[in-house]
Amino acid sequence: MSGLRTVIKAAFESVENLFDRAFGPELNPMHQLGALGWFFYWIVIVSGVYLYIFFDTGIHQAYESLEYITNVQWYAAGVMRSLHRYASDALIIVMMLHLLREFVMDRYRGARWFSWFTGVPLLWFVFACGITGYWMVWDVLAQYIAITTTEWLDTLGIFGETIARNFLNPDILSGRFFTLMVFIHIAVPLFMLLAMWIHIQRQSYARVNPPKGLAIGTLGMLLVLSFIKPAVSQPPADLGIVPAVIDLDWFYLAAYPLLDMVPGLVMWALAAGGTLLLLLLPWLPPRRRETAAVVDLDNCNGCGRCVDDCPFTAVTLQQRTDDSAFSEEAVVSSDLCTSCGICVGACPTATPFRRTSELVPGIDLPDQRVQVLRDDVLAVAAKLSGDTRVIVFGCKNGPDLQRLNGPAVATVELQCMGMLPPSFIDFLITRHHVDGVFLTGCNMEDCHNRLGNRWTEQRLAGERDPYLRERVPRERIGKFWAGLTHNKRLAQQLTAFQAQIKGLPPYHRPSRKSSGQQPVGSNETHG
Amino acid sequence: MASIFQYTGQAIAYTLFAVVVGYFATEPAYKHFDPGKAQIKLSFGHAGDPETECRRRTQEELNQLAPNMRRPLDCPRRRLPVLIELELDGELLYSAELPPSGIAGDGVSTAYKTFAVEPGQHRLVARLRDSNRAEGFDYEKTSSITLSPQQNFVIDFHPSRGGFLLL
Repeated sequence: MSGLRTVIKAAFESVENLFDRAFGPELNPMHQLGALGWFFYWIVIVSGVYLYIFFDTGIHQAYESLEYITNVQWYAAGVMRSLHRYASDALIIVMMLHLLREFVMDRYRGARWFSWFTGVPLLWFVFACGITGYWMVWDVLAQYIAITTTEWLDTLGIFGETIARNFLNPDILSGRFFTLMVFIHIAVPLFMLLAMWIHIQRQSYARVNPPKGLAIGTLGMLLVLSFIKPAVSQPPADLGIVPAVIDLDWFYLAAYPLLDMVPGLVMWALAAGGTLLLLLLPWLPPRRRETAAVVDLDNCNGCGRCVDDCPFTAVTLQQRTDDSAFSEEAVVSSDLCTSCGICVGACPTATPFRRTSELVPGIDLPDQRVQVLRDDVLAVAAKLSGDTRVIVFGCKNGPDLQRLNGPAVATVELQCMGMLPPSFIDFLITRHHVDGVFLTGCNMEDCHNRLGNRWTEQRLAGERDPYLRERVPRERIGKFWAGLTHNKRLAQQLTAFQAQIKGLPPYHRPSRKSSGQQPVGSNETHG
Repeated sequence: MASIFQYTGQAIAYTLFAVVVGYFATEPAYKHFDPGKAQIKLSFGHAGDPETECRRRTQEELNQLAPNMRRPLDCPRRRLPVLIELELDGELLYSAELPPSGIAGDGVSTAYKTFAVEPGQHRLVARLRDSNRAEGFDYEKTSSITLSPQQNFVIDFHPSRGGFLLL
């Protein structure tokens, strides 16, 4: 299994690298699969509402109304119909890619089980919407779907009468099942929206909208496709004949041909077994849980930065439980915590400038304490030599750091790049422990912990608290979000960075008066 | 600002995506049924006779029942299976003993079968037994039928409408 996962992961990363070149990391569609799913959902909803204005829900009138939509009002309703269909198909593609990608990237286990588990029922919702949608056209394809679906349902043996008999013959055709399908086609998307909302509940700053550039490009692509190949009906349904050769929508109906070959009960067993397997996957086997972040109340003033930055809503502010003058304290839910350490990077007290005997921040990772991190960093920095001494900080889900080590380069691996408080960079450069700091990790917009490199960028740019102080010379900070596959380019970037700092004049710490703003969170604390 | 190469790359990516969506939305066509054949569909729901006749309870048996359950007749719910046979041009096409549905076996026996046959003229015989007779059938219909390619020819069964219905 792990071998297969590695192969698929490599395939994903190869494709994503190509997309990175064309779109850039921020617009890379592979990094926006979930958001694209939401986008396609809304296209389907909006186009569906418009179509419903002109759609006649009677079984004998439905086909005619769709012919009007497609042929008479082709410029508006016809385009909407095409958008409705193609956005639905695109939704299947991004949904399946999203599912597969989260699996191969191992982002579905441990504390992240909830999003995976609640995402699985969405598969059934989407297919139910698509199948009932094709049913409503009441053409030859709808006839095939109606008969095949009801025959499959009948194999369960739970219905008093054979429901496929509703489609036995034109003379006894009843509209009741058709009406039920119309109802399901409208009701299921509403339930699906609720399920989608639940799906993202344990993610803060969940991406439900793709970046504007990607959204415009995607919508444009669907519009062009809608004009080049408008969605049309097949010949009208006629229960007196057997649909022979059918133009299937393979995104939604790929399993239907199997029903011609495999007994219905076997297909039910496969569907139920597959769903169950997907649901249980986060525990097959379960992820080894690292110790959750812990709060030290003596150093926590309830500022809430860790709450704002946690990507998994694992930290909340609650009423103070000690006799401190502060009103609130941070509380970590160990069930939700992925031990990424981003909260530590957000904590203003996690600063190496503190001269207390023991560096205990307000929130810390037991498996990689800030004090140990400072000690490790100082130890490796002390061994560096030359005039281009660089410490490379990387995350454990990013590129291979070991190969970068050398006389002038030391590497430090973090749980996530978001774990690094900006004050560490300040400390290392302004105290002359190194000549430069280089940051690397997951691909931009594809942080294993969702927001690590984004928060890091914003902290360095002075857009997110805790800021990197202005006094820190930016030319002595290098960055390259390498992901797993750009090891060679990472080495090149690092070499170029060293060449850059070699050409810089010696760094002198500016006087306190001229150091500009003193942002919160980067103040030196003297214990 | 994206370069011309990036825009070209994006255009290629969007085009490929559109081609995949546009193609698999309708193609390749699936051959569900041989267009050169016709289909006979047998479908009905019919309850066989009760397996055993109703029996009058003795007074002693009635006394042993709760007052609201003292019905004089004891009618077992289970029904007989329905025996069905289809014969096409003298060849046996289908023969089955259809069990009653329901946990207590008191529901209808259902049949839903399809047969792909050659179009043209055929002699069709349909037989059904729903009683406990040892031999023979309670209903039988012989008919000469002409089927066209892709025709869906339905055999239904409604005792109240004379037995077999050919639709």
